[in-house]
Amino acid sequence: MSDTTVEPALVSAGARRGAAVNLIQQFALIPVIVILCVVGAFVSDSFLTLTNLANVGQQISALGVVVVAETLILITGSMDLSLQSNYGLSAMVAAWLVAPAASSGLGVEINPLLGLLAGLIVGGLIGLFNGALIVKAKINGFILTLAMYILLAGVQTGIVSGHTVGSLPKSFIALGSFYFADIPISVWVAAVIFVIAGLYLRYTRTGRSLYAIGGNREAARAAGIKVDRIRIGVFIVGGGLAALGGLMEAGRVVAVTANQGTNLIFTVFAAAVIGGVSLNGGRGNMLGAATGVVLLGLVQNLLALAQVQSYWIDAVDGAVILVALALSRLVGGERSSE
Amino acid sequence: MTSTAVIEGAGLSQTFGRTRALDDVSLAIEPGRCLGLVGRNGAGKSTIVSILTGLRRPDAGHVLLSGEPAPPVGDPAAWRRKVACVYQHSMLVPTLTVAENMFLNRQPRRRWGVISPAAMRTEAAKVLADWGVELDVTALAGAISVEQRQIVEIARALSAGTRCLILDEPTAALERAAVSRLFDRIRPLLSAGVGILYISHHLEEVYEICDEVTVLRDGRHVVTAPVGEIGQDELVAAMVGAADAADVHATTIDAAPTDDPTAEPVLSVRELTAVDGRGSVSGVSLDVRPGECVGLLGLAGSGTTTLADAVAGLVRARSGQIVVAGRVVPPGRPDVALHRGVGYVPEDRHDRGYVPLLGVADNVTMTINDRLTRYGVLAPARHRAAARELAGRLDVVSAGTGQPVGELSGGNQQKVVVARALARDPKVVVAVGPTQGVDVASKRSLLGALEQARDGGAGVLLVSDDLADLAIANRIVVLVRGGVFAEFTEPPWDRERLIAAAEGLASAAPSSTVDKQDGPQAGTEGEAQQ
Repeated sequence: MSDTTVEPALVSAGARRGAAVNLIQQFALIPVIVILCVVGAFVSDSFLTLTNLANVGQQISALGVVVVAETLILITGSMDLSLQSNYGLSAMVAAWLVAPAASSGLGVEINPLLGLLAGLIVGGLIGLFNGALIVKAKINGFILTLAMYILLAGVQTGIVSGHTVGSLPKSFIALGSFYFADIPISVWVAAVIFVIAGLYLRYTRTGRSLYAIGGNREAARAAGIKVDRIRIGVFIVGGGLAALGGLMEAGRVVAVTANQGTNLIFTVFAAAVIGGVSLNGGRGNMLGAATGVVLLGLVQNLLALAQVQSYWIDAVDGAVILVALALSRLVGGERSSE
Repeated sequence: MTSTAVIEGAGLSQTFGRTRALDDVSLAIEPGRCLGLVGRNGAGKSTIVSILTGLRRPDAGHVLLSGEPAPPVGDPAAWRRKVACVYQHSMLVPTLTVAENMFLNRQPRRRWGVISPAAMRTEAAKVLADWGVELDVTALAGAISVEQRQIVEIARALSAGTRCLILDEPTAALERAAVSRLFDRIRPLLSAGVGILYISHHLEEVYEICDEVTVLRDGRHVVTAPVGEIGQDELVAAMVGAADAADVHATTIDAAPTDDPTAEPVLSVRELTAVDGRGSVSGVSLDVRPGECVGLLGLAGSGTTTLADAVAGLVRARSGQIVVAGRVVPPGRPDVALHRGVGYVPEDRHDRGYVPLLGVADNVTMTINDRLTRYGVLAPARHRAAARELAGRLDVVSAGTGQPVGELSGGNQQKVVVARALARDPKVVVAVGPTQGVDVASKRSLLGALEQARDGGAGVLLVSDDLADLAIANRIVVLVRGGVFAEFTEPPWDRERLIAAAEGLASAAPSSTVDKQDGPQAGTEGEAQQ
């Protein structure tokens, strides 16, 4: 009896539309950034100068590296709130080992490069700890990383009794303060990390499996993907990247304060979500995340140049994030009901 | 048994706690053969599937794949090359494309482990084309239909070189025509020597596609026979067991119409037009009288579900009226519909039917909480009594009314959903696929409860794809592409004609009732894409 029904074309209009929306979504923020630049040029003559833009780049590159970390973790369907404290603590430990006792250091004054390495290792170990507890012990990721967020920030303050660690050697701060070809090294580093992460996500089996794990974990497991191992691995890489971001920031301000990283995580989430990364996992890419970071950086720079009263900067900042989220929702980004 | 079988399970046993889920069960599938596996919920079908796909290690017995010992349980990738399972719930990643899903974790690689998306798309398109399937491999898996997803899952298994397929209730979410298309795609695979284990609650499908059928009951093997040598009655008897067999035949197909044709309709749908992703309706009118059960039949996308949802207030009608017991219900107000006397059994019980973490009591009384409170405070004694009465009415089997509904079997979950719908003693019961995916015995008590409500004077609107459900209908209305296509008023129902009418064949409809205006042109062609 079914012979009489014409088989519907298996290619659906809906699927095509989905692909088109995807494409628009990826580039949706670029016009917004262009508009922002035009507006910026009118607001301040110094906005569109290489000096200012390099300055913006330097300010957002540390944030950007942490956004890469959070994006990788979000794509696998987890989240890590403690990245901000990791960003503070790892840099603090590194500086503490390198700086002289007179500048609140431990006094061992190890080789600055070893110090940087120590920071990265601390970051990776924190990631391993988080990942193992979330994946193996099945502790809720939100609560665990919230606890770690508080704990690590406390340790960061505790080991230096609330003081700022300064007198950092040149090779330690080069990452955040030096320039290469008129562009800060931190910008180069962040750009390279974005590109590598983007290529990894797009062109490797494990990179693709991050999406599979975030999109449907059981399906990923059934396809033979080593889900637990990869999820823990992503937490380790995320922790290492957060530490790198912290070291870049330490280099930029030429010191590590006891509260380095405070409130960073909110901006990290905002940048990722504005850039189209789904909080439910399985969706997002590095191009989107990068545009999210650039957008937020430009807005903050503009607010400063426009001499918005400093008491109001946070409020305006929050409003801008809200508007950006609404905009990205309009072009088909994060849906609340999925 | 010979070693030529693509898959062979020998002496499989599995115990969970004190439950013997599987007791010394053996089965084998030869190349090119299709073995049906049937049994009530809890008979051990899921357990055997998880053992045969390498997700669970049996307590006793072993599995042979093409005569060789199966890989260790911890190596899913090795299992996937030998045996693949298509589950009722999609195992695709919705956020990845069709091509990516087909080559998940085995993407073609070039130097330095770099994968080539272009090569992968070409390869995926080729696999589908070789199989005669037209499907855009760049579409996201979340954006294609359920039918297409199953095709993709089977294609994925085939492209991995699998010679053994397990289809675990693949048709539960499919309309009739899609089932036929699925079978048309499966047959060439059988001819090519693939062995298939086919699991379904729909026995007629087993007769249609399988060579042999195996019946499990309470974890034990009851019978294996060629489908030509075992009648449907015998099969049901084997599934249900000797003690219950009489009960199965107790209710006959042609229940006598008990309604009074002159009574005022308790539900009146007038010129309803509503648009929804799962099928739109335009200008549909329909009456249900007290004590009457109206069956609503149609393919997926024909608008049957949308009509039911509109009556329940979950879909907002564009135009038209819904009148319950003489009063117009404002569109898109499920709360008003409930209080005017509409009881609703939703299509997907997992999504909208129950709250899995809440107990049976809290679930069944959800619709009558306002009656169980005093000054806004829940009266525990009344709550318990009401819950016990409701759960008892449908014989919900649970470890107590406090047991979370998520822990119950599918049949008992559905009983909870129906009990909730009937809790307010509704004037109108709207039930969408109330027996979908439940076992034979649960089916009986679910339909029995609806019948009871009908005989108690309620009007029942029953949307179902399962023709056996429609046995309790006094009248059957067939929707085709959003319009009333035919109406059958005199039981017993002729299956063939009902199916043909749902497919939109004019010859099948009783001639006087064909609605010429809503021919199969009123397009809902690109329906159900989300």
